[in-house]
Amino acid sequence: MPNVMLKKNTEGKLVFYVPKKDLEEVAESVEFDSPEKWGGEVVLSDGSTYYFEPQPQPDFPVTLRAKRLDSGE
Amino acid sequence: MAALTKEETEALIQEVLEIYPEQARKDRAKHLAVNDQSLEKSNKCITSNRKSLPGTMTIRGCAYAGSKGVVWGPIKDMIHISHGPVGCGQYSRAGRRNYYVGTTGVNAFGTRNFTSDFQEKDIVFGGDKKLAKIMTEIEALFPLHKGISIQSECPIGLIGDDIEAVAKKANKEIGKPVVPVRCEGFRGVSQSLGHHIANDAIRDWVLENRDGDDSFPTTPYDVAVIGDYNIGGDAWASRTLLEEMGLRVVAQWSGDGTIAEMEKTPKVKLNLIHCYRSMNYIARHMEEKYKIPWIEYNFFGPTKIAESLRKIAALFDETIQAGAERVIAKYQAEYEAVIAKYKPRLQGKRVMLYVGGLRPRHVIGAYEDLGMEVVGTGYEFGHNDDYDRTIKEMGNATLIYDDVTGYEFEEFVKRVKPDLIGSGIKEKYIFQKMGIPFRQMHSWDYSGPYHGYDGFAIFARDMDMTLNNPCWKQVNVPWKTADSSKVAVAAGA
Ligand code: SF4
Repeated sequence: MPNVMLKKNTEGKLVFYVPKKDLEEVAESVEFDSPEKWGGEVVLSDGSTYYFEPQPQPDFPVTLRAKRLDSGE
Repeated sequence: MAALTKEETEALIQEVLEIYPEQARKDRAKHLAVNDQSLEKSNKCITSNRKSLPGTMTIRGCAYAGSKGVVWGPIKDMIHISHGPVGCGQYSRAGRRNYYVGTTGVNAFGTRNFTSDFQEKDIVFGGDKKLAKIMTEIEALFPLHKGISIQSECPIGLIGDDIEAVAKKANKEIGKPVVPVRCEGFRGVSQSLGHHIANDAIRDWVLENRDGDDSFPTTPYDVAVIGDYNIGGDAWASRTLLEEMGLRVVAQWSGDGTIAEMEKTPKVKLNLIHCYRSMNYIARHMEEKYKIPWIEYNFFGPTKIAESLRKIAALFDETIQAGAERVIAKYQAEYEAVIAKYKPRLQGKRVMLYVGGLRPRHVIGAYEDLGMEVVGTGYEFGHNDDYDRTIKEMGNATLIYDDVTGYEFEEFVKRVKPDLIGSGIKEKYIFQKMGIPFRQMHSWDYSGPYHGYDGFAIFARDMDMTLNNPCWKQVNVPWKTADSSKVAVAAGA
């Protein structure tokens, strides 16, 4: 369950940053991406997938806990 | 000498690795790479921020060096106590050339060494009482200081002193910020964790000090310069450009900086990050907490300066954008003259770098402006996000080395035969004795500034002065004599 810092870049895409891993990636897709419901499965440009509890869209930038899906963490 | 091909560079790495025992070879192999611009992510080719191998010569420092030496030390109006035995502070005192304005010992303390000078009895009975006493003494002897930071050396963490409690008490007593920093040298694999710990201490003990206080008048053009340590006056040469284009620099972190500037930083509109490695943590924190965006910029060499000024200006309105163009135009004749003078003398020369922080990638543009080529680069304590940012700056098939060992660096140099090496004091004399021109790229070899247009002129002159110095013709090294090929093989064996 890494802590992930999320922000929008200038193109409006979601940027994913995991401090402990120096992982900085753009999110390719977000499962739920509306003001009322945000989260679910997030696929990064390097192919890895993370899961966020669906929730009302947070005010970016923000730090949230995520579950890594593709590594069985 | 012609550039090495990708295959030759790969073969060179293999050859250099051969001397290691198997385990070490496997480990070091992960830290050496041939640059491939097509890669998006550096973790495909290089591993970084790992513990150095015992037995190899590393050039890294400790977490205390990262906090006291880099991040906190330059804050001139605070007194930074090197808490623990005397050596850590004394042997690093004033070595980093962070210039500042002020009267040392009265209202500025940058080059002074304050230490709790631990003795055996402090280790046995604990040093908290001593620390409290020191702070009372400081208040009496140096009443114009604006705050104290406690920079922990190794023993503090080992004996379990409660410096936070002492700090809180002292803060009440003297009414000024007192910041305990848990930067004991044994933490982490290099000075890099010290930067992070120092950033966290700023976050926890300084940044919130003026939350809810709106008495500081702000403008839409307020920015903070973060991660410029004013080596040889770098921050000053940078700051003038920003001010000339119409921005107001509210804070400078931390070269020639003050604690008041740090406390005011959450009020700015944009954070400008020069050294990403040492200060990105606090920029990210401010982005989240205060919604202050941040961008990285690069003030080495006219190409990168113009690029950065325009990138910064794009985040403001037209007056600033026009300001950026005005600044670039104003200095154009000046930097073109510098290039006209030095490029013919430096054209085609090849450089190998090995530094820390931001320079392994940031200075590449400045060399290129002078017609030079960087053929090898590496970070002492970089992380993968640094290498991500380096791949695109370096040419294909060039060497990239992380936490390079003394042996590897020498072997690479023998084979690549660069015309100039830029690294630190520990490497300087080895390479000079090998007959290779060398510049210290940490302290600018007692020169500087190198940032900004003013700095570029000095940079170009220094590189020329070093590279084309007639003394190199007097040095006779084996591989420069007639039968050089044979000797090179012998040296590699
Ligand atoms: S490793 Fe420890 S003892 Fe050595 S300089 Fe750093 S803080 Fe001092």
